[in-house]
Order: sequence, then structure tokens, then C-alpha cells
Amino acid sequence: MRAGMFKIVIPLLAVATSLAISAFLIAAAGRDPLLIYQKMFTMTFGSEYGTGQIVFRSTSLVLAGLAVAIPFRLKLFNIGGEGQMLAGAFSAALAGALLPPQTPPLVAVSFCTLSAVTAGASVALLSGWLKVRFGINEVISTIMLNFIVQACVGFLLAGSLSVPSTAHTHEIIPSAQIPPFSTVLGIWQKSPANFSTLFALAACFGLWFLVFKTVPGYEMRASGLHPEAAGYAGINTNSHIMKAMGIGGAMAGLAAANLVLGYKHYYESGLTDGIGFMGIAVALLAFAHPIWIIGSAVLFGFLQYGGLSVNAYVPKDIFLMVQAVTILMILILTKSFFRN
Amino acid sequence: MNTIVVSVSGLSKKFGPFWANRNISLEIENGSIHAIVGENGAGKSTLTKMIYGLLQPTSGSIAVRGKPVRFNSPRQAIAEGIGMVHQHFMLVPELSVTENIMLGDERGHLFAPLTKRDASEEIRTIADAHSLSVDPDALVSELSVGEEQRVEILKLLYRNADILILDEPTAVLTPLETEQLFATLKSLQKEGKTVILITHKLDEVLSVSDRVSVMRRGEIIASKPTGNVSKADLARLMVGRNVLLRVEHPEEKPGRPVLEVSNLSMTDRKGVQRLNNLSFEIRAGEVYGIAGVEGNGQSELLAILWGIADRQSVVDGSVMLEGRPIKGLHADKIAAMGVSHIPEDRLRHAVVPDFTIAENLIFGRHREKKFARHAGFNIPAVQRYTRTVTSEYMIRYDEKSDIPLASLSGGNQQKIVLAREISRPGLKLLLLAQPTRGVDIGAIEMIHRRIIEARDKGIAILLVSAELDELVSLSTRIGCVYKGSVRREFTAKEVRRGRSSEKEFKKKIGLSIT
Repeated sequence: MRAGMFKIVIPLLAVATSLAISAFLIAAAGRDPLLIYQKMFTMTFGSEYGTGQIVFRSTSLVLAGLAVAIPFRLKLFNIGGEGQMLAGAFSAALAGALLPPQTPPLVAVSFCTLSAVTAGASVALLSGWLKVRFGINEVISTIMLNFIVQACVGFLLAGSLSVPSTAHTHEIIPSAQIPPFSTVLGIWQKSPANFSTLFALAACFGLWFLVFKTVPGYEMRASGLHPEAAGYAGINTNSHIMKAMGIGGAMAGLAAANLVLGYKHYYESGLTDGIGFMGIAVALLAFAHPIWIIGSAVLFGFLQYGGLSVNAYVPKDIFLMVQAVTILMILILTKSFFRN
Repeated sequence: MNTIVVSVSGLSKKFGPFWANRNISLEIENGSIHAIVGENGAGKSTLTKMIYGLLQPTSGSIAVRGKPVRFNSPRQAIAEGIGMVHQHFMLVPELSVTENIMLGDERGHLFAPLTKRDASEEIRTIADAHSLSVDPDALVSELSVGEEQRVEILKLLYRNADILILDEPTAVLTPLETEQLFATLKSLQKEGKTVILITHKLDEVLSVSDRVSVMRRGEIIASKPTGNVSKADLARLMVGRNVLLRVEHPEEKPGRPVLEVSNLSMTDRKGVQRLNNLSFEIRAGEVYGIAGVEGNGQSELLAILWGIADRQSVVDGSVMLEGRPIKGLHADKIAAMGVSHIPEDRLRHAVVPDFTIAENLIFGRHREKKFARHAGFNIPAVQRYTRTVTSEYMIRYDEKSDIPLASLSGGNQQKIVLAREISRPGLKLLLLAQPTRGVDIGAIEMIHRRIIEARDKGIAILLVSAELDELVSLSTRIGCVYKGSVRREFTAKEVRRGRSSEKEFKKKIGLSIT
């Protein structure tokens, strides 16, 4: 039970510390920290548009976080969220542009999402296979695959797949687009928040159920906590490595639904940059728990967009630092609490 | 002879709220072999670590040769002539025997050339005087466990220690090596050295020591001349109640053959032959004991039977479970056919310490239909099963909270494994590896009773054990393995006869495994 309490106290303490540090930095930049915080709040949760922005950003972060968290249950460090998400986004854009315009929306959205998920999962599964077959460290293989995917997408984009003299693909057909909340429900006006947020939430709860309530999840957790014992219990740890990597990659790919199908409607060079790496932080802050990831992603979404919104007063880089300090604090606090 | 060399009075050591040692007073006579016995966690190691300066007492005092001492580190203890051989050896495998012995006691100035040749000579002399045969120029990595231990003892003698503390020295030795060790100890005693022997093997206490002190829950319960006590007395003192040292052994009624292993050979990925035409069979309702020094193919045999052998090794021969081949199947398939396996290192291989008790009680059995509901578990069924098993095996824990297994005592964790594996539905074959290693005497009795109970229910049992005592008291038949094959098999009749003249029988087994 004590360990459980620490898991709540540590993230709170980490966030508090980094906010204190940022207050100091804001003051050093010649502004009143309280005023800046207040501004930040009114321009984010305080406004409809700001809230929508946070929802939109958090959606991508939740999925990027899951991409790290699920493999992490097996002590695998998936650094490949970037590449997997990029592969997903690019294939969703291609699929959406190539579908015949009269495809019904349900089919079009499903097909594009499925192609994104498949692309993300395939990239991750390649790392999983390298691990299972040759024992290659997944950290190295996922990083290398990031480069490979980036290079491939860059090459294809520079070739025939982009709209001439631009760095983006052709627009996807209208029926493949996921509608924003604003047009259907009338909330979060003008913001990019769209219905793919529901995919992300469903993924969180679905994966929570899978990991903690099902037999495969039980085997998966055992393989992560104590692989040797799992082998004696007749659990095929290798198959769970593949499963976890596959699910992780699929989640990264699913972020394309939010970015491409729900927002941009095409793939543009740099669309996914940095989100995959941010997922590592999101997952760490939530101790790789599929549901706590929602809270963690909202916090990071808030810091990201909040930083942007007060960029006119203080450099937004301060909030980038806050994010980094939070993660470092988590690691430090975890180590010092659990050492004794 | 009767001077006191180490005297301890009112010694206590507290770890947090827990008294590891409480008000211990003890006198050790010069030139005696003094055994300290007790169950796991009784505080034997804590006491000796304080004498050796590895731990500092919370209160109380220690005197060596009448002089009060307070050691802050082993270095000071060594200066007073106290040396300790730990349970886990502290040797550098890449260095030679001489280099290891000199390490920390080089007897030269900084940057002065090492006088290795002189040291070698000295070591050879000491070794010859106490039948500690070991080549001073050999690399430690090439030595057997028994030889490593001799190096550790030589290390102490080279430093002129005359009070030697040995922590569970026989846990890793073969019967023959144990005898050799005891001969060495006797010879050291003749030279006037004092030996403090920590052990939980009562036979050894009786055969080698002059005086024995029994510890229980951090206190010394009794300290007596060994000549005045029996094995049963010691066991009772250790556990605090009467203990049945030898489980009752009603006559077995072996049925049809359950496991047939024939001409099993295995070559590992490095090309070393581990099993060589090994054959035996086990019938329903009998215990087949496998005697042997560790590393003669026992672990490879168990790995093949349980389907977890390295897939890159080459395995020939056949393994049949009730006429169906199981060689090459995975562990889950083998388990589903009614096989249970209790591995030797249970805490590492049979449980997940971070899982709850219930999760551990279904570990490896989690695919059984009665625990399943849809994609998940049938929680009420799992809870019911947990309650039944924990009460049957007297595993006490707080039912309301989902505490992780790691918070249970080692003994209770062992019981969880035993309970889970023996209660497997449709169990036909039980594979047991060192079932009582690291287990207290009180719990050994319970485990042995459960094994015989399982046998009488018609389960075939394979018992791999390094304890001849255990093999003799439980087995129906005994196969002696040596270099990967059964070198000699004792029939049921021979084993039964052997139980009545145990000493000779153990000697006979000992000859067949070395």
C-alpha cells in the first residue's frame, strides 16, 4: 500500500517542484510568475479555443504515451514512437488520398485508421522481431528505425507523392475526415479537437482492461516483472514481447487519426515531429499506467499550449524546461523513495 | 584447553523494530569446534557478523582472549586473529590461488615486486599440513566449489587467523568433500585453532563439534557439550516443539508406469554432452529419487522434462508420459497433461514477488478453465481457491489487502509454490528439485509429509536432491546419476533395506555418485 501512495505523491511532488523552478525562471525573465500563470490559465482552460487545443494535443500525447507504456510493461523501452507515428501518419494520408471519393465515411475512416495502425505496428514489430530473433536491444533498433522511416517518408514526399512544389501530400477525401467537436457538438469552437479523442480514450480503457484484467495481460505483466519465472510457468515471453511492441506501434500509428484525419487532412513534413519523444515523458510520469496516462498527457498538453499562449511575455522554452525537469524529478524521487 | 577465547555478553542487534539478536551471552573455548545451529532467520549470521566486525552491536560487548574489543570493520577482527569463510565465496576468478590468497595481505611495500614464489611455498606447506589439497598456481575459475572453499580457508590460515568462523560451509559440498572438510577442521583443532561452525545440518553438528549452541528468534536457547545431546533434542530446541525428523513411510504400491525416459542424451549449444543415454521409469504412486553431485545432468534432465530446455541443444532419445511423447513440447502443454514442477530456486523461478498471493497461487495454472471467465479471470473462483489453499497449508496473511507475495516470509512463499503445484487438478507426475533446500526443519517435516501423501494418491514423483537423508527417507527407488547417466539404480527392496542401516547405505550411494 505504501508503494501505491508513493505513486501518487511522486508525480505531484515532481510537478510542484518544476513549477516552482519555472516561477523562478519567469521572475528572472522580469515577469510576475503569478500573473503569467494566471494568463496561461485563462488562455487555455479558461477559453473554449484553448481547451480545445489542449484536448487536441493531449490526444496525440495519450497515444504516444501508450506507445511507450505498453512495451514498458515488459521492460522494453520503445524509443521509436517518432518513426511509428510518422509511418502511421504518412500511410493514413496516402490511403485517404487514394480512396475513391464516393467511399462511405465509415468505410473510409476505418480504412485509413487501419492503415495507420498497421503501418505503426509493422515498424514496431520489426524491432520486436529483431529482439526476439537476434537479441538486439530494442532501444537501438527503434532509434535506427526512426531514421529509416524518416528517410523513406522524406524520399517519397520529395518524389511523386506530394503536391508539386509543396512539402505535403494531396488532401484526403472528405468522407475520410474525422469531424471536429465544434461542427457536431458546437463546443471548443475553431479548435482542432476532433472525435478521434474518443479513439484515444477507448484505447486507454481497453488497454487497461487488457493489461490488468485479462489472462494475456496477466501473462504479459508476469513476463515483464519476472521473465525467468514466466518461462517456468509455461508463458511464451517472446510472443508477449511481440504483442507489446505491436500494440505500442499501433497506438503511435493511431495518433495519425488525430493529426491527419481529424486536423490537417494531409501529411505535411514535420507534422508528427517531437510527439513520439514526448510520449516517453508522458508514460514515465504516469508510471506506464494506461489510465493515468490521460492525466499525464493533459498536463503536458497544457504546458505545451500554455507555453505557446504566453510566448509574447516569456519565452515558451521555459515550459519546455518545466516538462524536462518534471521527468528528471520523477526519476530522482522514484530512486530515492524506493531505494530504502 | 579450558580458557575462553571469545566471550560475548548481553549482545543485541536491532534492525529497525526487529531484534535480530537479543541479549546473547556465549563463551567459546580455546581450541574447540563450536557449532551454532538454528533455523533460517534465527540470528546465527548476525551474531557471527558482529564477532567478525561486519556489523556493530546495538548493545552488549565482545571480548577476545579476555580483552574487550569493538570492531568497526573486519580488518580489525583479522588483526585479532579472527577469520571468516562466507557462504558465498569472495574470490577473484581471473586470479590464481596464490594471488587470491595474497590479495589484501601482500606483505610488501607499494610498488615492490610481489614475492609470489615465497607465498606459493608457504601456502603449499600450510595446505599439506591440513590436507587442503589445492594447486597454488591454478586459476580460481578452474577450481571446483570444494577447492574454492579450501582456498578461502587457506586465506585465513595465511593471515595467521586462529579463530575461524565458517558460515554454512557444507551447503555446497559433496558428501566426500564434507568428510574432507571435517578432517581439516579436526587437524586445525589439534593445532590449537578455534572453529565456529554455523550450520543447520544436525548430523554434522553431532559428528564434528565439541559444543553446540542453539539459537531461536535471536536468542541463545541452549549451549551444551555435543556429547550430551541427540539429534531430536537439537531439533526440538531449534523449532520449539517436537519434530518428526523422519517422515513415516507406509509401504508404497506402485502402479502403471507414468514417466518413461529412455536413452535420453543431450548435447548443449557449446557441444558439451550433458546427458548420456539416461534411462529410468517412474510408476504411479512411487517416489523415484535421483542422487548425484550437482552438475551431473540433473538440471538438464529437469529442463527437458519440463519443456524449457535450450532449443539450440541437441536432444536424442524418448520421454513418454503415459505413453505419449512429451519431448519438445512447451511447458504449458506438459503442465496441461498433468505435470507439476517445483524448481530448485523457487523464489526466482516459481513466483513473481510483485504479484499478489492470489496471482501467485494461479501462476502457471492461470489457463485452467475453472479460473477463466470470458477473457479475464473468474475472481470469485480464484478467491475461493486462494482461501482453501492458504488455510490448508496454514499460510497466514491479511486477506483484505492485496499485498504482494514479497511481503511474506520465505517459508510461506515456499508453501505457496508447493500448495499450487500439488493441488494441480489431474496431477500425474510431480517433478521436485531440492524441495527442502533453504527450508527450516519445522517446514521440512510438513513438506515431506505432503510428498508422501501425494505419492499415496497415486502420483508419480521425481525427486532430485543433494540431501542423501531426504532421498533415503522418501524414495521408493533411487537412481544415482554420474556424468549424465544412471550409474546405479537401487531397487525398492534395496532402499527399504537401506533405511534400516542408513549409514552404510548412504556410503554406498556416495560411492555411486563420485
